[in-house]
Amino acid sequence: MKKLAMAKTSLLLLLSACLLAGCDKRFILLHPKGPVAQKEYDLIVLSAILCAIVVIPVLALLVFIVIRYRDKPGNKATYRPEWNESKWLEVFWWGIPIVIIGVLGFYTAKTTFALVKPPVTNVKPVTIQVTSLDWKWLFQYPDQKIATVNYAEIPAGVPVQFVLTSDAPMNSFWVPQLGGQEYTMPGMAMRLWLQADKPGTYYGSGANFTGKGFAHMKFKVVAKPQSEFLAWTKQVKKTAPALTKEGYEKLARQGLAEKTAFSSYPAGLFEEIVDKNGGKYMSHEMKHGHGHMHQHDEN
Amino acid sequence: MKDFFVTGDPLIYGADAAIVVTVVAIVFVLTYFKKWRWLWREWITTVDHKKIGIMYIICSLLMLFRGGVDAILMRLQLAMPDTKFLESQHYNEIFTTHGTIMILFMAMPFMFALFNWVIPLQIGARDVAFPYLNALSFWLFFFGALLFNISFVIGGSPDAGWLAYPPLSELSHSPGVGENFYIWGIQISGIGSLASGINFLVTILKMRAPGMKLMKMPLFSWSVLASCITIIFTFPVLTVTLALLFVDRFFGAHIFTMDGGGNPMMYVNLIWMWGHPEVYIVVLPAFGIYSEVVSTFSKKKIFGYTSMVFSMMIISVLSYFTWVHHFFTMGAGADVNAFFAITTMAIGIPTGVKVFNWLFTMFRGRIRMTQPMLWTLAFVPCFLVGGATGVMLAVAPADYQYHNSYFLIAHFHQTLIGGVVFGYLAGLYYWWPKIFGFKLNDRLGKWAFWLWNIGFYVCFMPQYALGFMGMTRRVYTYGWDMGWAPYNLVSTVGAFLMGIGFVVQGWQIIYSIKRGERDLTGDPWNGRTLEWSIPSPPPVYNFAKIPEASEQDAWWEMKKKGIKPTATSYEAIHMPKNSGIPFLMSVCWFIAGFGLTFHWIWIGLAGLAGVGICLLARSFQYKTEYYIPAKEVSRIEAMYRRGA
Repeated sequence: MKKLAMAKTSLLLLLSACLLAGCDKRFILLHPKGPVAQKEYDLIVLSAILCAIVVIPVLALLVFIVIRYRDKPGNKATYRPEWNESKWLEVFWWGIPIVIIGVLGFYTAKTTFALVKPPVTNVKPVTIQVTSLDWKWLFQYPDQKIATVNYAEIPAGVPVQFVLTSDAPMNSFWVPQLGGQEYTMPGMAMRLWLQADKPGTYYGSGANFTGKGFAHMKFKVVAKPQSEFLAWTKQVKKTAPALTKEGYEKLARQGLAEKTAFSSYPAGLFEEIVDKNGGKYMSHEMKHGHGHMHQHDEN
Repeated sequence: MKDFFVTGDPLIYGADAAIVVTVVAIVFVLTYFKKWRWLWREWITTVDHKKIGIMYIICSLLMLFRGGVDAILMRLQLAMPDTKFLESQHYNEIFTTHGTIMILFMAMPFMFALFNWVIPLQIGARDVAFPYLNALSFWLFFFGALLFNISFVIGGSPDAGWLAYPPLSELSHSPGVGENFYIWGIQISGIGSLASGINFLVTILKMRAPGMKLMKMPLFSWSVLASCITIIFTFPVLTVTLALLFVDRFFGAHIFTMDGGGNPMMYVNLIWMWGHPEVYIVVLPAFGIYSEVVSTFSKKKIFGYTSMVFSMMIISVLSYFTWVHHFFTMGAGADVNAFFAITTMAIGIPTGVKVFNWLFTMFRGRIRMTQPMLWTLAFVPCFLVGGATGVMLAVAPADYQYHNSYFLIAHFHQTLIGGVVFGYLAGLYYWWPKIFGFKLNDRLGKWAFWLWNIGFYVCFMPQYALGFMGMTRRVYTYGWDMGWAPYNLVSTVGAFLMGIGFVVQGWQIIYSIKRGERDLTGDPWNGRTLEWSIPSPPPVYNFAKIPEASEQDAWWEMKKKGIKPTATSYEAIHMPKNSGIPFLMSVCWFIAGFGLTFHWIWIGLAGLAGVGICLLARSFQYKTEYYIPAKEVSRIEAMYRRGA
């Protein structure tokens, strides 16, 4: 029994260590900063609890059985070598996982559908076109007509529709504290809704392997109050150089890049990137996917 | 020549030297002891399922070593931020070969080794249904694995991940020969895997001992049946997918590139239509092993036999309907993602039921802590947690956060090591005395067991944490800024512990060959199924007389009733003859694969022509079987009885 007590204490210690670790700010998935990430976080917590409801009692049962039914001389526990079925036990343990999966399945489906829509509907969203390149990120702002490399600024409290494509092998666009990722695929323009509730700087990275420089495909998403965001776009417009056609071709070549801003870019650049990578073969519906986070085209 | 041999890396030069030294040593030993003929007659041309099983095990353990070294190199590179140990390119090659080797050239042959060792013995048969095809399967696997493995010294290793997603794996982004090695290594061994799937399916359906109804069949045999059905339906998908990728790379087609009207998403779907069932192919037999072990070492009938069979068949069928969960983030509609999320969670139901049944087999039993049982007991908590994180990953919106992160890496290592590797090791320790006639040393085995287990948790629990910290897979380096350093360092320590565990197991085998406890009874564990009714190691024909098996746990019932497996008179036994053609045909495949890898078309065609000639030659062989005379059988049996 001493062993069991020890196992219990160490389990408790381990659990509390995990909880403490969870409070650590560096566990960014556990500190969502926007409604999309929050919904996903809620599901993470719900699924963890539902799993724990099964896992912990079963672990306890395992420890109990192994201790109680050891083949040792003088063990007085029941021994029934022919006892091999029990209808009610079987019903019980087919039933429990079915109920748990039922509950989890319901909430999963509900959130999956909810995430397709913008997180809030009463604010006019911002659109940012994202292109993954070997090995850097290009962000284009079609409303402001500016572009950035390896960082993006967004207004806080405003839903942002990221439109994702790739002019290189398939990558994945991920800003954990704002929400889950979606693939950037050549020839496709997929949509992903994200939103930051508060101003702040959020870590982002490529999440799907694209070769030699993949490990360096990190970027920052800076959320600012609406007014500061507008000021920033104006400043970029005024001070930054323009991205020319040749400039883009140079940028698209394999290699790393520094953070940069551009006051303008060639008109229709994003659409051209999608088309030249095969978008021209796709129907409109296909090109934009059924996107797990897309909305119907409004324009 | 500069492009042919891989140059410029001291690690590779070291490997070159090691390979040359090993080959010279092997040739020297074989020549010095005049063993070439023995090698040819006893091993290369054998069609005996037990020997083929032994060859599979040797290769599989070598591949576990290679894949393990890959893992250690990766963990060294990631131990600290900004380590300058491996270049990005080298790291990418290593994680690609690590994944491919561990699944296709370690887990698969380990699994086929156990199929070969156990299935005919367990169902009371003298060999598999198609012994010649069985030898061919092995040699195709062998030369496929060889072709894949030489890539790291000749031509360069593949570097586009273990599933080689296009367009990264297309000529545009991987112009070298690495991806060709990948395609042909897997294609050649894949033909062998498919043939094995068919072979064991037929063996189980057609060659069971009289009286052994399907619902009386041991659970390991059931698990193999389920696994084989899955192999037969999924391996053709893999073959076609890689063939299409080859067409893209070799003939410049655009099947998997968007420009030209193809579609890389099609590749991702196809490869996972094989890839997901593949993990069930390897884990189902492990479930079978746990069922055998838990019943034997609890001295109790398996609990809920019907439920166990039913749940395995459900898993086998459901495994075809979950593949999309590998890319929820591709942006299929909410309807598609919700469907595949729920089917994926649903697989947890029959799996959970199996865990309860194993627990209740032990409940009111008498548990013996032998080595196979230890691995089985370690499996339960490990797989429970791995399964739970699997359910968590199945929640599509949550998966948008876990996808391609270290959370995912920790999850699948937990199910593949905790589920598959622990299971196969349990099976290895369990059936080792049957095949070799001696047990593996207990004390060393326990050291290895604890090193592996502690190492496992030290290695992979921090990786779950790293997932929550946003660390993505396949990065060769990282900085100090994100706080990933301590967790990575701990993880590396764990990897080394597992590595030491493996070395101890190597020593355990060598030690036990000399000093292991000999098994003279044929039934060292007080077993329940037919393989324990014959001597260890079994004679070439397995059963001098085919047993009757009217009960589940046939051998247990025979022992209870006092029925002896020996007979007084014997009949001549019909056996398949050895053949060199499987080996030669596989050599031709190797030549073909090598030629096509390097675009040396004439060598490729010559190899394929050789394959054709071998097929023809075989079809003109008429005397492929022989009889062991009754007198000889009776002599061998008498010899065994004297030994016992």
